[in-house]
Amino acid sequence: MLKAINLSKAYSVGSLGKEKFYAVDNVNFEIQEREIVSLIGESGSGKTTIGKLILRLTKPTSGKIVFNDLDITMLKSLKEYYKHVQGIFQDPFSSYNPIFKVDRVFDMVREEFYPSESVNSWKDKVNGVIESIGLNPKEVLGKFPHQLSGGQLQRLLIARALLMETKFLVADEIISMLDASTRIDILNILVKLKERGLSVLFITHDLSLGYYISDKTIILYRGSIMEYGETEKIFNNSAHPYTKMLLNSIPSLHQKWSNTDVSLSGRSAPVGYCKFYDRCPLGDERCKNIELRKVEENHFAACKNV
Amino acid sequence: MLEVEGLKLYYKTLKGHVKAVDDVSFDVNDGELLGLAGESGCGKSTLGNGLILLKPPMNYFGGKVQLDHTQLPIDDFERMNDFRFSKLSIIPQYAMDALNPTRKIGVYIREVLQSRGIDPESIMDKLLERLKFVNLPERVLKMYPIELSGGMKQRMVMVISTLLNPSLLIADEVTSALDVSSQKAVCLMIKGFKDAGIVKSLIFITHDISVLYQIADRIMIMYAGKVAEIGKTQQIASNPVHPYTKMLMSSLPEIGIRYTHGILSGIPGQPPQLLNPPTGCRFKERCPLRGKECDEEPPVVNVEEGHIAYCWKVTQNA
Repeated sequence: MLKAINLSKAYSVGSLGKEKFYAVDNVNFEIQEREIVSLIGESGSGKTTIGKLILRLTKPTSGKIVFNDLDITMLKSLKEYYKHVQGIFQDPFSSYNPIFKVDRVFDMVREEFYPSESVNSWKDKVNGVIESIGLNPKEVLGKFPHQLSGGQLQRLLIARALLMETKFLVADEIISMLDASTRIDILNILVKLKERGLSVLFITHDLSLGYYISDKTIILYRGSIMEYGETEKIFNNSAHPYTKMLLNSIPSLHQKWSNTDVSLSGRSAPVGYCKFYDRCPLGDERCKNIELRKVEENHFAACKNV
Repeated sequence: MLEVEGLKLYYKTLKGHVKAVDDVSFDVNDGELLGLAGESGCGKSTLGNGLILLKPPMNYFGGKVQLDHTQLPIDDFERMNDFRFSKLSIIPQYAMDALNPTRKIGVYIREVLQSRGIDPESIMDKLLERLKFVNLPERVLKMYPIELSGGMKQRMVMVISTLLNPSLLIADEVTSALDVSSQKAVCLMIKGFKDAGIVKSLIFITHDISVLYQIADRIMIMYAGKVAEIGKTQQIASNPVHPYTKMLMSSLPEIGIRYTHGILSGIPGQPPQLLNPPTGCRFKERCPLRGKECDEEPPVVNVEEGHIAYCWKVTQNA
């Protein structure tokens, strides 16, 4: 349904912008219908940039994104695309204009995308989607953003995305600003929507959330994919040293950390080498030009030892 | 050793007092790491900051704080200068932005020490030894903060905060911006400060109970400005008794739990407003066990040795 092919995004850095910094470096993946794929990486790994590229908030330096056989990389008119592909972001408060009531985000969708729809039938539609994500329209409509909680605002943004014929949702750290006791409810909404046919790119830095919700997992490090495949296989039979180190470091409530050492992030890997080279216990001169290799069915890792 | 009794810290606003820390009592023994956990807005950061840097709009409304049997004048900003940095210190939540961007780090440290009337030369050996302790090269002292990565800056602040071997160190959400592998390294490093005797006791503030399970000796759970439960780490992890602790812990996904195996559920409702909070138990609106008595202030119940909870519905030796 959505494919990223050799996708790269470089920013110019250094004096006069001579040097290139690759936030996303030659990334390939594919997301099917009715699939939740989690994109896991630390801050600065390029996961948000990938989300922005898919939403065309920024254009790639090279490579392309194909949505239902349509190359959207250089697409001029995006309106039709945005009817099907929508995004939700980390901070629900900043998605609303604080001087307007929350209803405005719904009205703007109608004005922008469905001007021919009558106000009344639109109202019914809005009430319908708000109910479908577990809120009472009477309790939330007509309120200002500061009168609602972060969880309610975030749910309304999901509702807004669903007002269109949305088939694909980019969800970028959508629960990291919410209270721990209400986070899981938002995840459960995504699961429900998936069962109704939605595909989701779930961007997170939290491995346990990714494991809870996703069918497939992408492990990203410094702009490159380290490991990619079915979630169960990645977590239970991980092949890349970086994934293994992450899994070893997850704090769990009933199991103490093992005694294995973690190396802190160093400076950066030399050009052409695996991005994890400088921290990897197995790093040597063979770690050059490593592409994703097949570990087993639906499970790939970019490591020489595969 | 820190002893806190009936501490009240309110924020003054135009509408009234926001009771962010309301009648909180606990202690931290020598050689102990106390983990302080709760959701955003529960008062955990207010508590940490209030112990060391109490300033408007935060106000002191009562209670007693003793460090090593000396009363701390936490409501007297000037007199607290005798204690800050030397007797108690903090690694703030914004540690990565805490360094002065216009000074080389070595110069900055020199200035901080001089401001406390300490001769920087007398402490140089210790500084170099500490840099080694947190895996930083000596040359960082000649660098500007912008030349360091976020993690390196944070470790630098850890070194500066503990340079005078304070009795108590407060670490406030120091790992929330890190990935799990760096989080593990930083947590073990902070615990190392205590184990190496650099600091005597530690308060580690986080929203993540599973991090506390790794490093804390005891855990204190806060909800809406009040203590809900305090116990040894093992007691809280395997036998939580307060309904809030129980529900919070069962709403957290862990590796090995997928929605296909069973949907987890959150706690319905939201934490109360701390401006004019409800009387009695502050969790009652969301609590499935709520009874009539919950409109009264909940009693403190000794569940077992070293394990207390503030709840009407908890019985002894539950």
